[in-house]
Amino acid sequence: MGNFFFLAAALSLVFGIISGNISAVSAAALEESTHAVELSIKLLGSLCFWSGIMEVARRSGLVNALCEALRPILGLIFPGLKNETKALGAISMNVSANLLGLGNAATPLGISAMKELHKISGNSSSATKEMVLFVVMNTASLQLLPTTVATLRLEAGAERPLDILPAVWLVSALSLFIGIAAAKLSFPKGENS
Amino acid sequence: MSADIIVPAVISFIAGYALIKKTDIFTAFTEGAKEGLRSAAAILPALCFLMTAIGMIRQSGALDMLTEFIAPFAEKLGFPPEVIPLAVMRPFSGSGALGYYEELCQSLEPGSFAERVASVLMGGSETTFYTVAVYYGAIGIKNGRNTVPAALAADFAAAILSVFAVNLFMGRG
Repeated sequence: MGNFFFLAAALSLVFGIISGNISAVSAAALEESTHAVELSIKLLGSLCFWSGIMEVARRSGLVNALCEALRPILGLIFPGLKNETKALGAISMNVSANLLGLGNAATPLGISAMKELHKISGNSSSATKEMVLFVVMNTASLQLLPTTVATLRLEAGAERPLDILPAVWLVSALSLFIGIAAAKLSFPKGENS
Repeated sequence: MSADIIVPAVISFIAGYALIKKTDIFTAFTEGAKEGLRSAAAILPALCFLMTAIGMIRQSGALDMLTEFIAPFAEKLGFPPEVIPLAVMRPFSGSGALGYYEELCQSLEPGSFAERVASVLMGGSETTFYTVAVYYGAIGIKNGRNTVPAALAADFAAAILSVFAVNLFMGRG
């Protein structure tokens, strides 16, 4: 991560000078942390709300029911979590929120899942295989109905804003598969359970 | 839109289920929400780190040059030139990509090939760097190992596949 920061700073210095945008780069360096605070305050509400809802669903047993329903699929991706009910439950909630297009809920629920995976790893500071797979899953889109895109298309005058659905599903499914495959293939051999 | 029914329906369902199972909803909710408070504090440092780095790159014009560099290759693959900047921006910045996509919606003919490719790309991918920073930041992971390369492979695939998929289902319009 430190390398990434250096690379970002050095690249923006060089390209900023070449393209004459260096004052904008300087402004970004000074102002973006303020945007990060604004964003985390915006997230604070949904983090509290959905973490609360998650706990209600967990205590009522709903998470376990959902987890059982998704176990056939999740078991394929996370064979090592077969007996980790809490982690698998949180992952199920995150995947369901993603499928329903509840972006606001998916992030807090995903963080709950990461916390469970972190506990299993014995608070490791390096990502485990399960963490990598779970994060890669969340960087691909699982959303069944892309509502933001549909709304913008409708406003722009598209006659059938959802005519792209089959294409979106194909792209989501294949890119998810490629992400997971790329992650799985790049683990050292002994680590694949 | 009818999708607006999802959130209230999900919340009602979870609360209703908890009621039937005689769960103490208020206690469970507040204890869970307290955990959310801690998560928000945990992700702020990672967000500062990431957003500063990405913000500087965006303003420097490096992404524009990357776009110019890959444009000839992308066009050979049938990628509409107007959509290339969107594909480059997508993994880095959610708000940046959305802003650019809104402009494309206004400037391109609705239902045209380029407009559909842009829409499929937006609907079929996520803001990769943000997700990585928030998820790992929340639990203090320093070494994400092969996460970013694997996620970028998926993003790259999504960009190429969106051209392919629009061709497959709708033709070049």
